[in-house]
Amino acid sequence: MIVDFFRNAAGGVRAINQKYTTPHIKMTRGVRFSLGVLRFYLLFLVGIMVYKFITTLLH
Amino acid sequence: MNILSSFYYRYRKLLKTIRLYLIIAGPGIIVMVADNDAGGITTYTATGAKYGFHLIWFLVLLGPIAYYVQEMTVRLGAVTKRGHAEAIFHSFGSFWGWFSLLDLVLVDWLTMITEFIGMTAAMSIFGVPPLVTVIVGWILMGTMVLQGRYWTWEKAALVFCGLNLIYIPAALMINPPVDKILHGTFIPQLPPGGFTNALFFLLMANIGTTIAPWMIFFQQSAVVDKGMQEKDMLWGKLDTAVGSFLTVVVATGCIVLTATLLPGQEINDAATAAFRFLPINHYVGAFLAIGLFDAGLLGAICISLASSWAFGEVFGWAHSLNHKVKEAPWFYAYYFFDLLLAGTVVLIPHAPLVLITLFVQVIAVTLLPAALVFLILLLNNEETMGEYKNTLFQNVANIGIVVMIIIISTLYGISALYPKILGG
Repeated sequence: MIVDFFRNAAGGVRAINQKYTTPHIKMTRGVRFSLGVLRFYLLFLVGIMVYKFITTLLH
Repeated sequence: MNILSSFYYRYRKLLKTIRLYLIIAGPGIIVMVADNDAGGITTYTATGAKYGFHLIWFLVLLGPIAYYVQEMTVRLGAVTKRGHAEAIFHSFGSFWGWFSLLDLVLVDWLTMITEFIGMTAAMSIFGVPPLVTVIVGWILMGTMVLQGRYWTWEKAALVFCGLNLIYIPAALMINPPVDKILHGTFIPQLPPGGFTNALFFLLMANIGTTIAPWMIFFQQSAVVDKGMQEKDMLWGKLDTAVGSFLTVVVATGCIVLTATLLPGQEINDAATAAFRFLPINHYVGAFLAIGLFDAGLLGAICISLASSWAFGEVFGWAHSLNHKVKEAPWFYAYYFFDLLLAGTVVLIPHAPLVLITLFVQVIAVTLLPAALVFLILLLNNEETMGEYKNTLFQNVANIGIVVMIIIISTLYGISALYPKILGG
């Protein structure tokens, strides 16, 4: 039953990916690259905050 | 007779205008007042206790900033008739869509935990055990959504929004120093001690509690679920403006309370402040506790709905509060799953609840630029938005907000790695 649940969920995700394969707003390569850099930079900052949280907790 | 009939005509027109506003009002007020959630109340009370009246001007500035961000969601929802999650998937594809959705789910769940933290802490002042508070919270939140009409849910939420204003009479009851409030409101200033790590952290927490990613998703989906049209946008903007005004007023009320009664005291959460108020003024302490519970409840309702709507939009489930449980089982299942998971964390013994509350605000504001950038790109798409796309001023204001948040988050990240850079 659990396997079926995850199989259905994976199928749902594949269907969504197929449905939204083509973006309707055309982004240039530069914009896509900038968005990617921004996204990973923000995740890096969140990583620093999680590190700060853990060190504060331990102290 | 002419004067009388003219007066009567104007009076009828005013009544009609107010009635129309009250019909449209809802998403903007709810999202802004819910924005003063448990984490927000904690942040404001901590700010007032530590820095007195010195930072009220900063909160006043955050009001229009929140308005400019949220106003975009009104236009986007009314024009596209899509929730924010679906809009991102549709416009930018599944890669960016999943990134945004998973961001939302993570931050929302963490924020939900802080709401339950606030509720349990508030009710502990009245001797109510956390388990009872969590269960009562689940029942209240479940009852609100299960009656199958968005309008009924909205009106119930507006009642809780009204209760959230309890900080205003509480602040007035303690005869606060008006001159200091006015000085702190209109004169930008740093508190004594200047820029320190602690100040930076609280500034970030204040920003994070005023503008959060879930608010973007919530208001846009609420606008769609309410059925707002393009012709209603002006009222939607007014609704948002009223909401942002109330946000600032409530935040100021919280700061005034602790700045007046507990200046210089180390307050890490609003419940501690309420405990310390009780011997000074029993009603003020009780009001703060009631307000904190209400803030947590309102925040939890909105945040869990924001996630449920987002998932429903993307997965194609029925996802409206106008649907009964049988018609939208997965929508309600996700809603309750979110509530149960967040409430359960709070019941874990020795969990660092206060630390979690403050850090979640900071993490939320750090991830905000990612959501804002997509919002700005969507609002600049002429094909989708037509005459309702962003003006130059709106673009400048919103891009400025994004840049400011990135800079502040970066500086906080640096101060976290090198604490001695700012000192203390």
